[in-house]
Amino acid sequence: MSTSLDQDSRADAAPLVVLRNVNKHFGALHVLQDIDLEIKQGEVVVLIGPSGSGKSTLCRTINRLETVDSGTITIDGRPLPAEGRELARLRAEVGMVFQSFNLFAHKTVLENVVLGQVKVRGIAKDRAVRTAQELLERVGVGAQASKYPAQLSGGQQQRVAIARALAMNPKVMLFDEPTSALDPEMINEVLEVMRQLAADGMTMVVVTHEMGFARSAANRVLFMADGRIVEQNTPEAFFTAPRSERAKDFLSKILHH
Amino acid sequence: MGFLFEDGNFALFRDGFLQTIELSALSALLALLLGTLLAAFRVSPVPVLRAFGTGWVTIFRNTPLTVLFFAVTFGLPPLGVHFSHLVFAVLALGSYTAAFVCEVLRSGINTVPIGQAEAARSLGLTFGQTLTQVVLPQAARTVLAPMSSVFIALPRNSAIAGAFSVSELYSAQQTFSERGYSIFAIFFWVACAYLVISATVALLFRFLESRLAVAR
Repeated sequence: MSTSLDQDSRADAAPLVVLRNVNKHFGALHVLQDIDLEIKQGEVVVLIGPSGSGKSTLCRTINRLETVDSGTITIDGRPLPAEGRELARLRAEVGMVFQSFNLFAHKTVLENVVLGQVKVRGIAKDRAVRTAQELLERVGVGAQASKYPAQLSGGQQQRVAIARALAMNPKVMLFDEPTSALDPEMINEVLEVMRQLAADGMTMVVVTHEMGFARSAANRVLFMADGRIVEQNTPEAFFTAPRSERAKDFLSKILHH
Repeated sequence: MGFLFEDGNFALFRDGFLQTIELSALSALLALLLGTLLAAFRVSPVPVLRAFGTGWVTIFRNTPLTVLFFAVTFGLPPLGVHFSHLVFAVLALGSYTAAFVCEVLRSGINTVPIGQAEAARSLGLTFGQTLTQVVLPQAARTVLAPMSSVFIALPRNSAIAGAFSVSELYSAQQTFSERGYSIFAIFFWVACAYLVISATVALLFRFLESRLAVAR
């Protein structure tokens, strides 16, 4: 996948997403504790950890679906603004794929992929439709364009959701447990689309329990527990020789059952 | 029963019927637009707008409609606002019904999964676009049944306008009564006319329900 040359050129570039000293509480729960994270252009970062560790929350803070109590988050050098038009513009640069797909239930598959292009980017309808068709073909659901989301399988819906996010031409894609709501036989069709996206050089932050995907597609694995990034490493190093007790414990539970 | 077709009575009845339809249609339009706006206010992140929406609903839903007609018809002219009786009636009835439309829509908004709005915001849609493109269309579809009740009540509520110099269906009844026709016969025809309007509204909503249902 990524050659050492890629790694070098990546290292030179300014990081695309930067979190500095980010803290967040849900009531008494300190869900994100002093998070520092830099994600470079083209990097695929996989977030893993036990449930309640804050990985989904971390993912959602990057496009400010969750606000933070303190610390800064910048995307492509620009700090995330407060809620409003400017934030909306910035969100358009950050694609998001949800566990529960969240396709617009009253719109056809094609309309789902067209909406953002027309309303946010101001792209002409016919051009937006062409782009949408191409993207739907690319994720393998071109034949479903005129159907409504409820008529599709979970795997198809999630691929449409990926196409919808890609239609905005985002700089970074966030995946919040994209396969956790899927039947087992549909997980691979979604992961395959994500692997292809990673291979095409998309910057990705992926919260997942799919260790196979983490091994094969990630540049870096972040292990989170209790609101902290406990350990980060290349997937190879992390899975073969985890350093922290928490990570060893976690891996032993999920890999040997 | 036959009086309706004597002495030019039918023309009076027909004009009253048409006036009721005009009054109801204009009020319904105002209620729909204003009610949607109020619902948007009530779910908006801006506290002032939320307070305005809540205040409107509290005042207009809890005031007897006749009192509202009084307030509009006799309260506005001293303030320099002069409209025809029909327009005053539309303002009173529309503002009143808007409060109900707002609450029905708001209950619909609460049934739209939060993920729909999150997905819309993630695409970069603004709050207004999220509401108009994604949330309200789905909310409206889920509340068609209770909404039809609101819009069936509206033409019947419009009868109050008859007491405020609008020559609609109910005021035609008053004229017929003064002419001395049988009360039973008069009310039979008036009730039939309201039934036609209500049944038409109900059919319209049933058609919309069958066409616009959202599958999840």
